[in-house]
Amino acid sequence: MTENIALTEAVYYILLSLYEPMHGYGIMQNVEQLSKGRVRLAAGTLYGAISTLLEKGWIKALPGEKNSRKKEYLITQQGKDAVEHEIMRLRELVANGEIITGGGAE
Amino acid sequence: MRFTAHKAFFAWDFEEEEKWINEMAAKGMNLQGVGFCKYVFEEGTPGEYQYHLEWLKNRPNHPESVSYIRFLEETGVEHVGSFKNWIYLRKKRADGAFDLFSDLDSRIDHFKRIARLIYVILAIIALYLAYSVWICISRPAALSSFIPIYIVYAVILIGTVFGLIKTRRTYNRLKKERIMRE
Repeated sequence: MTENIALTEAVYYILLSLYEPMHGYGIMQNVEQLSKGRVRLAAGTLYGAISTLLEKGWIKALPGEKNSRKKEYLITQQGKDAVEHEIMRLRELVANGEIITGGGAE
Repeated sequence: MRFTAHKAFFAWDFEEEEKWINEMAAKGMNLQGVGFCKYVFEEGTPGEYQYHLEWLKNRPNHPESVSYIRFLEETGVEHVGSFKNWIYLRKKRADGAFDLFSDLDSRIDHFKRIARLIYVILAIIALYLAYSVWICISRPAALSSFIPIYIVYAVILIGTVFGLIKTRRTYNRLKKERIMRE
């Protein structure tokens, strides 16, 4: 990936959640748990993000059983690349921040 | 007990409409169905539900909207009614917080959709206005009887322009904020 993009917090946490297959509501709960309650994804925002990620091919919908109403999603290789790229970007942000501020809050 | 209330809200005042519906719910009057300026309530437990309104890009029965509403339902949200592209949603407070949008982008997108709706309303008013002007040109004798209609059009037009300004202002404020944060 050559494009230098910053993921939104919502997208970053959705992608992290989807290293395991998960349905929409599961993502909401997982993100809240991962962030210890700090990030709460609203249903409309999550739906929009999932649609965009599917379009970009960063996640895919799993072929579920016909009876099950809940669709499950999983991250693709392209999505994993984006996450890894983002982690590198975040490292750089934190490192520079710590150098200049002298370590940040205790 | 069920009862029907009649009340009018402009499209650009949907946040006030949402507030009113939630105030009713806080008093135990739970919205069950909607129509044109019509609200059907059912008496229940005060504060049991939280309501939200959304203007969708497509009609509620469009496949895209259906899949969106189904997604919301999976998160414990109930679709209580629709009017045009407006959907009325609620969730039991006991089932956790209920928000439709948790970032600026999705809120900006919603206001963009509402602005588009107001542009369509403006276009319709302009069309009617053009039509009545055309009648007056072809039959000058009808002019005096058309004056009251012109006044009504003018009031509606000014009101709608105000609505557009209000919506655009919120949209621009959110856009500006987006430069700073998500």
